[in-house]
Amino acid sequence: MGMFVVKRVLLMIPTLLAISLVAFLVITLPPGDYIDRLVLEASLDGDYITAAEAEGLRKIYGLDKSVLAQYFDWVWKMVVHGDLGRSFSYELPVEELIWDRLGMTTLLSICSMVFIWTVAIPVGIFSAVRKYSLGDYVATFLGFIGLAVPNFLLALVLMYVSFRYFGQNVGGLFSPDYVNAPWSFARVGDLMAHIWIPMIVLGTAGTASVIRTIRANLLDELHRPYVVTARAKGMPEHWVLTKYPVRHALNPFVSSLNELFVQIVSGSTIVSIVLGLQTTGPLLFDALRQEDMYLAAALIMFLSFLTVIGTLFSDILLAWLDPRIRRQFNNGGL
Amino acid sequence: MSATDFAGAPTSSRAYEGQWRLMWRRFRKHKLGMLGGIITLLIYLIAVFVEFLAPHDPNDFSVRNTYAPPQSIHWLLETKDGKVFQPHVLGYRSKIDYNSGRRTFVEDPRRVVKLGFFVKGKPYNLFGFIPAERRLFGPVKKRDRMFLLGADRLGRDVLSRTIHGTRVSMTIGLVGVALSLVLGVLIGGLSGYFGGWVDTVTQRVVEFLQSLPSIPLWIGLAAAIPPDTPPLQTYLLITVILSIIGWTGLARVVRGKFISLKSEDFVKAARLDGCSVPRVLVGHMVPSFISHIIAVVTLAIPGMIVAETSLSFLGIGLRQPVVSWGVLLQEAQNIRSIANAPWLFWPGVMVVIAVLALNFFGDGLRDAADPYSK
Amino acid sequence: MKPMINVTDLSVSFSGDDGKVTALDNISFSIPEGKTVCLVGESGCGKSVTAKALLRILDNHAAIESGSIEYQRASGDQLDLAQGPAKAKHIRAIQGNEISMIYQEPMTSLSPLYTIGNQIVEVLRWHTNLSKEEAKFQAIEMLRLVGIPSAADRFDSYTFELSGGMRQRAMIAMALICNPRLLIADEPTTALDVTTQAIILDLMRDLQKTRNMSMLFITHDLGVVADIADEVVIMYLGNVVEQGPVEQILTNPQHPYTKGLLASLPHTDGKRRARLNAIPGVVPSLQNRPKGCPFQERCDHFVTGLCNEKLPELTAISGVQSVRCHGFGAQAELVPLHASTSQVDDCLHVPNPVDRTAAPILELQNVSKHFPIRSGFFNRQTGTVRSLNDVSLNIWRGETLGLVGESGCGKSTLGQTIIGLHKATTGKVVFRPNEEDVELTGKTDSQLRPYWADIRMVFQDPNSSLNPRMAVYDIIAEVLRVGQELKSSKDIEHRVLEVLDKIGFSKEFLKRYPHAFSGGQRQRIGIARALAPYPKVIIADEAVSALDVSVQAQILNLLKDLQEELNLTYLFISHDLSVVAHISDRVAVMYAGRIVELAETETIFNASRHPYTEALMSAILEPVPNAHADDTRIRLEGNVPDPANLPKGCPFAPRCRYATSICESSDPSLGEISTDHLLACHHPDVVQNTPVDQLEAMAG
Repeated sequence: MGMFVVKRVLLMIPTLLAISLVAFLVITLPPGDYIDRLVLEASLDGDYITAAEAEGLRKIYGLDKSVLAQYFDWVWKMVVHGDLGRSFSYELPVEELIWDRLGMTTLLSICSMVFIWTVAIPVGIFSAVRKYSLGDYVATFLGFIGLAVPNFLLALVLMYVSFRYFGQNVGGLFSPDYVNAPWSFARVGDLMAHIWIPMIVLGTAGTASVIRTIRANLLDELHRPYVVTARAKGMPEHWVLTKYPVRHALNPFVSSLNELFVQIVSGSTIVSIVLGLQTTGPLLFDALRQEDMYLAAALIMFLSFLTVIGTLFSDILLAWLDPRIRRQFNNGGL
Repeated sequence: MSATDFAGAPTSSRAYEGQWRLMWRRFRKHKLGMLGGIITLLIYLIAVFVEFLAPHDPNDFSVRNTYAPPQSIHWLLETKDGKVFQPHVLGYRSKIDYNSGRRTFVEDPRRVVKLGFFVKGKPYNLFGFIPAERRLFGPVKKRDRMFLLGADRLGRDVLSRTIHGTRVSMTIGLVGVALSLVLGVLIGGLSGYFGGWVDTVTQRVVEFLQSLPSIPLWIGLAAAIPPDTPPLQTYLLITVILSIIGWTGLARVVRGKFISLKSEDFVKAARLDGCSVPRVLVGHMVPSFISHIIAVVTLAIPGMIVAETSLSFLGIGLRQPVVSWGVLLQEAQNIRSIANAPWLFWPGVMVVIAVLALNFFGDGLRDAADPYSK
Repeated sequence: MKPMINVTDLSVSFSGDDGKVTALDNISFSIPEGKTVCLVGESGCGKSVTAKALLRILDNHAAIESGSIEYQRASGDQLDLAQGPAKAKHIRAIQGNEISMIYQEPMTSLSPLYTIGNQIVEVLRWHTNLSKEEAKFQAIEMLRLVGIPSAADRFDSYTFELSGGMRQRAMIAMALICNPRLLIADEPTTALDVTTQAIILDLMRDLQKTRNMSMLFITHDLGVVADIADEVVIMYLGNVVEQGPVEQILTNPQHPYTKGLLASLPHTDGKRRARLNAIPGVVPSLQNRPKGCPFQERCDHFVTGLCNEKLPELTAISGVQSVRCHGFGAQAELVPLHASTSQVDDCLHVPNPVDRTAAPILELQNVSKHFPIRSGFFNRQTGTVRSLNDVSLNIWRGETLGLVGESGCGKSTLGQTIIGLHKATTGKVVFRPNEEDVELTGKTDSQLRPYWADIRMVFQDPNSSLNPRMAVYDIIAEVLRVGQELKSSKDIEHRVLEVLDKIGFSKEFLKRYPHAFSGGQRQRIGIARALAPYPKVIIADEAVSALDVSVQAQILNLLKDLQEELNLTYLFISHDLSVVAHISDRVAVMYAGRIVELAETETIFNASRHPYTEALMSAILEPVPNAHADDTRIRLEGNVPDPANLPKGCPFAPRCRYATSICESSDPSLGEISTDHLLACHHPDVVQNTPVDQLEAMAG
């Protein structure tokens, strides 16, 4: 098991490098750069930046080099000095801007994940065991609705409902008093009071799909011969179900956990923008619009890192749950 | 070897039915799938005939009717001969409350807007090139306006705009999926066919792309589209962006099917019959997975629709004057406008209906895709 | 004495899309204490349903309609197991405790997520008050008792870490852990190799005797019945058609179905060339259950107005044997059962003369096939599976060469390598369809295509070898359409009809799809496809293994007829020794990817010299009661070696009872020990008492 984890972690390194390259390339795609933008903004303000001045600025920011050279500079500084570059628009080192936001994104994603598990697994199991019962139909129907409503639309509807009927604005992760306050128990409490709406918004689609996966998996497993064997042992039905088919049905679910996590992290971007949360989403969105390249690249990169780490955890979890995977690994596979 | 050897063989008409007939049999049993299929078909019909179906031009604005609420249709009209059957709506009298800056609308019984079928409206080009002016239904008088689903910030008819949005939103799903399919079938098929290092490399690339969070990546790529790009080009660029990740799922399905089929005895038998590689592929393997591909593709369309809607909603996908459901929902971005005009959600309702229908339809297709399994 | 289980008029129905169908129709039988009752019949006759109904573990769509299952507990209490809900407490107290069950596929019947120890201990802990440690101790004892080596370590193994035989032993241990009074065994040896089957049957017989346990043993194999049964119940389409003591049933069967089953079996003895007296047709599906006698459509003695009107009663014909046939009941005189109407067809097949002085039609020279094992992130090669090692073999025009061996010995790989589906790693395959020599090895598919019309293949599983999306006509015609021989579509149609006639199909079936046919009929279509270009050689890879005995007999007859008519050459690959004995002129025995013995069929079956062949022959179960009573049979322990990790020396040495030090160090090569008898063994004299050097003299 230890070797498995070590090998998996080592295999992550090329992936992480590839991610950093993709993130950087995506950011340098737009025609023009931050300096062009400054020139444009200056001219809108009636100000004026000469071409020579612009070139000077480019040199200062290192934007005069080739894209690859800029990339290698960036990675080198990152690995050696932990320096992610400077945000042009905030005029601050990127690392000072992103950690809090990333932390919030991680927290929100994990909360959504837990929310999905606690709702979807029992409902999925119920749905399969009581196939074609009223409860199954209700769960299936709600599941379909959950799948069909895009995250941002659900966020909008919730905002509308709470504004219209409760007269309050549900945006944000904190009440105004706590946004910039230092961490305290009260702030944590305030966070908990706010986080549930984005958590539900973010978790709905995932819950729906997990219910469907668990139901389908379990329906498959319920007819396997080993279930008959277990029944023939004379054990009570609930014991038979939980020990055998349910446990078997969870394995393919665990192996698809990483996809779910990728979806959550991905979806949180839009939900955060709509609900105005203090996570990476809005920061990334603004950075992209202002061509604040180091900030945007760092955000895209770390969001991808987050999902890769999620994948790592789900792989380890699966190996821990499924002896077949462990054996494959011990035999030199994987 | 006597005739009695066939005692017990099924002799129903099913014995003579090929895969498509058997699939149709199975699909018909899937009630939700049928429903979804019918709705999907209707929505695509709407997308084809938008100009004819929309009562107004989507860009006709009328400042007087800013945020006008939906009108309801009255069926009977009071005339001097008593009540006669004449569907109509009542025009609005609006008042601006200068304290709150809000308009209030009151139906004005004197402003009767008579409605009819196949009325003449503003001229348009059907499918972009057939000049026409008849519309399915609308105000009988050319200059009258009706707002069955209310009006937006500029007093444009939400119903007409939602109908027009159907075309862009529904086709972007199709085009995006078609593009992903070409990439996916090509890369997945090659990977499955050649195996070896080609397969290893594509598998790693697919895994890598699937481990990335798609929306931040899409936002990054979409933000790279310059705002002054012409609408058609933007449309194509968006489909390309969506396909960059979209193909991976299809490639995986195609490769998986390919590999499992390659080891089937009947494919070996076809090879031994002396069929060339293309003939084995086209004559023996493709018929076995085309139905699965159709189902997977159908299930991939809703994701594309939602992705386009989300990007456009954020203002980095399609932009005005293109009318898509996502562009329309941009109007609903701000809490004040939706609080005042919740009917701006209608395009969102359409998204939900379309996605639901496609999901039901795809589920039905998937269940029917292999009519030989028990 | 009252029997332990008394099933009376038990009916079970299945509900499906097309309404309810009867799966068991008023069956009655009993299981005496301490005896083994065999339930026998082809697939679809309701054997497994009966077993599941007894233990109340029927699937959700199946339900007991009526009847009773009287069970006499050890205390003397009577309990009707058919009463009450299946999950009732009193039923659960019996399940796994007093009555337990083992299944055909231990791999799928045991969970791969828990250790076998966990799954055994669980039963014990539910039914007793033992502590964890005590339960574990007992479980290890039980594993030891069923013959699992180093049982304490195996306690923590997962199913996929054990071989097939060991898994079945683990399953038996699990079933026996609570000392049940009745063990239900549903085809427990069907998925095993013959050698392993023999060992498991021994084990079960021993356990049954020492524990005075009753057994309900389900099988389709009459050889197994002869080996293990005390009483036999023959089932057909959800009815009991005949029952009685094993000696009576096997030596003096009365029901036409029982007689037919016995006549369908291929023999390994001198009668092997005789045509098999196959029962025509197949078991109808449950939906098509005929009114009256279920067997009427396939019966030679069918009487209109009686058999298709009235279900015969189960009639006792002696104190112990009873039959459900109108030939025995009140209207017996109407049914001329004893007038021999059947075409008992003792005529021998006249084999085509084989000229072994001519050049062989197929010649294999030192053929090897090695597959790389790849794994890891970059898919590097980490090992080699040596599936075929240095195989040399000649097949002459017009003969049938049988290829036998346990699963995993490389039989199928050899067939596929000869034809070119796998490309040989080294060695040569020379094919002589006409005069010239054609080397099949080293050719690409497109170079091979012209010869693929002359060498064809019939696959094992008729479900997967026919494309379900193509109509029968297209399946058969495909090879002609892409071939060079026939140009016009008219010629092709003519040929397809000709071939169809040869396999006994009528024209109307051409437009049907494979799903409209039963397994045996599909296999006929598969044979027709192979036959269409009128090939010279047919490689039949386990071509009858997936079929029921009666259908298997039909196909074997067909293959023999075709061979005579068209002077075909067969390479017949099978794990079933009696089938191979029946059809082959010569037999090659494979082990670990090489041929260890090759000789005339009679020689292999009566005078084999390889210890492995000897063990295989010893494991054959003849459907003759008490035939296996003497315990001189050889029991081959252990497993076929892993082809990725072959032992040094003779690969059979680790399992060979004659092995000496030379066997462990050097690998014997295949050499001729007498005319047409090839052997790869360092000790050619140990098996037969005659030394090799005297063979020629005796023959002379």
